[in-house]
Amino acid sequence: MTKLVTAVIQPHRLDDVKSALEAAGVRGLTVSEASGYGRQRGHTEVYRGAEYTVDLVPKVKIDVLVADEDVAGVTEVIVQAAQTGKIGDGKVWVVPVEDVARVRTGEHGDDAL
Amino acid sequence: MEWDTGAAAWMLTSASLVLLMTPALAFFYGGMVRGKSVLNMMMMSFGAMGVVGVVYVLWGWSMSYGSDVAGIFGNPFDQFGLSGTLFDADGAAIASPLGNYPQVIDVAFQVTFAIITVALISGALADRVKFGTWIAFVAVWVTVAYFPMAHMVWGGGQLSGAEGSIAAAIFGTTDGAANTAPIDFAGGTVVHINAGVAALVLALIIGKRKGFGTEAMRPHNLPFVMLGAALLWFGWFGFNAGSAFGANETAGLAWVNTTVCTAAAMLAWLVTEKFRDGHATSLGAASGIVAGLVAITPAAGALRPVTSIVLGVVAGVLCALAVGLKYKFGYDDSLDVVGVHLVGGLVGTVMIGFLADEGGLFFGGGANLLVIQVVIALVAVLFSGLTTAVIGLILKATLGWRVSQDVEVGGIDLAVHGETAYENLGGARIVSEVK
Repeated sequence: MTKLVTAVIQPHRLDDVKSALEAAGVRGLTVSEASGYGRQRGHTEVYRGAEYTVDLVPKVKIDVLVADEDVAGVTEVIVQAAQTGKIGDGKVWVVPVEDVARVRTGEHGDDAL
Repeated sequence: MEWDTGAAAWMLTSASLVLLMTPALAFFYGGMVRGKSVLNMMMMSFGAMGVVGVVYVLWGWSMSYGSDVAGIFGNPFDQFGLSGTLFDADGAAIASPLGNYPQVIDVAFQVTFAIITVALISGALADRVKFGTWIAFVAVWVTVAYFPMAHMVWGGGQLSGAEGSIAAAIFGTTDGAANTAPIDFAGGTVVHINAGVAALVLALIIGKRKGFGTEAMRPHNLPFVMLGAALLWFGWFGFNAGSAFGANETAGLAWVNTTVCTAAAMLAWLVTEKFRDGHATSLGAASGIVAGLVAITPAAGALRPVTSIVLGVVAGVLCALAVGLKYKFGYDDSLDVVGVHLVGGLVGTVMIGFLADEGGLFFGGGANLLVIQVVIALVAVLFSGLTTAVIGLILKATLGWRVSQDVEVGGIDLAVHGETAYENLGGARIVSEVK
């Protein structure tokens, strides 16, 4: 079976997380720009004296498909590499994936990873 | 005839500089609105260039500088289409009354002022106004409000120092000129008070944007704002130093005063917001620059560089405080035309009465100049307010001002102009068919 590991992290940690995943043998991932907030909430900006609260701050979202037995390792690698210890570091979660197909060859399941 | 080619060259350069100010304003304003309405904001300035550029040669010049009607406007038919403006009966070029160069250069210089003045008003109307109504407004407003004001101040009308003017009535005349003449060097009343009052009146007639005061409407591109402010500063040398109508010591003084006042106003704005909000911002720098430029406009030929610093500081602080008034009173002057142009224009026009080298209260000139400066400022406020209210209300009842709320929220660029400024604003942009 396959799992989808999704991580929402601080944008400036992306390079470290990418290298760490590569070193751990992960061969592919998808990165997208995201915005959101957790416990850190947003920040305020002032324009000509008018104060705006910016709720949604920039984040990076990483999606990795991994085989069942690698899930714990990959999750740990991401947490280690993305961690700064400050509020706003993000979250990692895992969901089961019913099937995966490789478009080029038509392979299914773990063979497609 | 032997022309003063130095003066002619400088006045043509100045006209070109002032023309550049309107696209500069488009960037200044365009950067301050949200990304979904930047094109509409910029198009309001460009639209003004189109309309006024045509209207000016038809009846604009004639209404500003043609034969006087009651000291309020020039006869539009007198020099309609510039007939009799450029050449005399013998086919020789007519000289400017202001300097030894052809009068056609004055037409060039003055049309650029008319364009920028009406374009300034668009800053109060961000995100929510029908483009067609704006275009109609531009044509009517320059005709009813701008050309008469230019005539009254610069064409020998009620707000000048000529025979029959308000100043002549108050202080009497010697050899056909008022004993104390009002000073509006480059357009504190004609341009800035005029546009600022019009902006306030239109903001009240048209109403607030949906979400004004509650939703974040942060500027989408501050580098555009900085670029616009820089180009405005550059263009303003034509505006002020060009208003010397010659390449001479007055032009040099106006250049220096313009830069000094602007520099001081920028610093004053930054200091004000540093103490109030905790940061010296780029938007504050750009706004302080424009506040200083506005304040020195009427005074550029009448102050010393040192007194220009004083004017700049006063304008920078007052304008930085004034931009908050719209939240207090609840009018949506979106990009602070009132706070910067009306307040800056009033500050410059009135402070001439204190600071002018000749006739200023602080320089032993007595109170006469101060009195007449306050009078011309008030008349300008009333005239602009009344004419703009009439035009604004008529357009509201006929063409209508507002786009529908879904257009306003969804983005006026896409709905009104059929374009979006940036790739990610129009939703899915998959082109399925190219005609």
